[in-house]
Amino acid sequence: MNALRDILSQGAQMLLVLGLAPLLTGFVRKVKARLLRRRGPPLLQPYRDLVRLMRKDVVLADNASWLFRVIPYLMFAGTWVAASLVPTFGNGLLFSWTADLIAIIALLGSARFFQALAGMDVGTAFGGIGSSREVMIASLAEPAMLITVFSVAMIAGSTQLATVAEFMGSDAVGLRVSLGMAFVALTIVALAENARIPVDNPATHLELTMVHEAMVLEYSGRHLALIDLSSQLKLLLYVSLIACVFLPWGMAPADASVGRFLFGALLYLGKLTALGLLLALFETAIAKMRVFRIPEFLGAALMLALLATLLRFVSGSL
Amino acid sequence: MSSLQFDIAHLLAGSLVLASFMMLYQVRLYALLNVYALHAGVLALSVAWQAYVQQAPHLYLTALIALVFKAIIIPVALHRIIKRLGIHREIENVIGIGLTMMAGIGLVALSMVVMLRVTPGADALAREDLAFALSVVLLGLLVMVTRRNAVSQVVGFMSLENGLVLAATGAKGMPLVVEISVAFSVLIAFIVIGIFLFRIRERFDSVDVQALDRFRGERR
Repeated sequence: MNALRDILSQGAQMLLVLGLAPLLTGFVRKVKARLLRRRGPPLLQPYRDLVRLMRKDVVLADNASWLFRVIPYLMFAGTWVAASLVPTFGNGLLFSWTADLIAIIALLGSARFFQALAGMDVGTAFGGIGSSREVMIASLAEPAMLITVFSVAMIAGSTQLATVAEFMGSDAVGLRVSLGMAFVALTIVALAENARIPVDNPATHLELTMVHEAMVLEYSGRHLALIDLSSQLKLLLYVSLIACVFLPWGMAPADASVGRFLFGALLYLGKLTALGLLLALFETAIAKMRVFRIPEFLGAALMLALLATLLRFVSGSL
Repeated sequence: MSSLQFDIAHLLAGSLVLASFMMLYQVRLYALLNVYALHAGVLALSVAWQAYVQQAPHLYLTALIALVFKAIIIPVALHRIIKRLGIHREIENVIGIGLTMMAGIGLVALSMVVMLRVTPGADALAREDLAFALSVVLLGLLVMVTRRNAVSQVVGFMSLENGLVLAATGAKGMPLVVEISVAFSVLIAFIVIGIFLFRIRERFDSVDVQALDRFRGERR
């Protein structure tokens, strides 16, 4: 009975992230459009796009290698696994012992590595420039992310997300400067990693600025659908990571009843809505940065994360 | 002392260090002044919290001085000086922002290590305040070192002094006379520096301190 419930709850989590990811993207797009006084596409438009792309034929470049065809599946698999490891509605799910922050970063990192390879595979100029920019951003964002993880792990005493969420939800946390700084650093990293506005704008095809779009320009059909879905999953992953580490209230414990799980899921939806609204507000309030400003922006994240670790060290050794 | 009181003191002192870093990050002169005003405001809050925690009413006066003079009068005066000097509003950094930030992190780490080693017996709040104050002082020095513009060096000097005030309020039993005299000596220094700014500007048509190097016959 217990094993069945574990499998069911973990399966529900995997399907939930897969089902919600396009909705979150659609929601952010809709709110952004409304804030700009446009009507915006309907909420379910990302699902329709995905279905339409799935139905279309794949057009491959003549010199595309086997890697080019395999990579969308690899990316999708890596991102989906990572996204289903982050606790969303319930703590202590079946796979929560693998839900290590460093493992999640590694999964995302390998997905990005494959994406950069695919960008260069066909040999067009755009793919190359997109890959080189993506790798530049990644090389700056990754250290900031890792150090943020270290400072969170120093506070919670573990890099396992279930333990972290449990600790953050308890009364033992108190008021911590380090947590605030880690939060801001994680937000900056999330913006950069998901190609959101101050760093990249996936809604345009302007060759001066595009990063993510330039890499996937050669993809079509079901491959493009998988890549789109994995970038939507990535956005959901970061949003639920922030929700899980910094707002973990209302998560169901491992041996909870069905009602408790449903309550947790409802609360999770509320958190997603709130964070999506904030993201849309932030994106409409700020302008796209020049590519050469990005190192400074991410450097600020690295600095905040380092400072968080240092401050934690001070208050911990007193 | 309850842990919440300590946490709030920690939060305020930590925000002061963060404001110092924001100062290092700025590339425009007006933005630098605004961050300086924020820095002084955070200092005033921190001092007021210390006054409440230590139940030392004279510290409220120090907080008031910090708020009125440092967060309002000096930034406004510097704004007007910049306007009257009509200088270029972008600050030339000696080294890039990223490197400056790294140096700043190194300084903060250094001050924490030093302070935590030398003050094992002291009260936790005082220790933490001293560690943060030393890093604010060092970051102020870094601002002065990495900027070529004389106005931003003045701002660095002022933020350094904020660190001194933080250290002074963290130490219990500091007489009010000392604090007030420190505050006023800084004001006098500010006036003197202001006069010097105009002299430098009159002589060299710029407030870039590199002009002084050339004037002394040094070569870069």
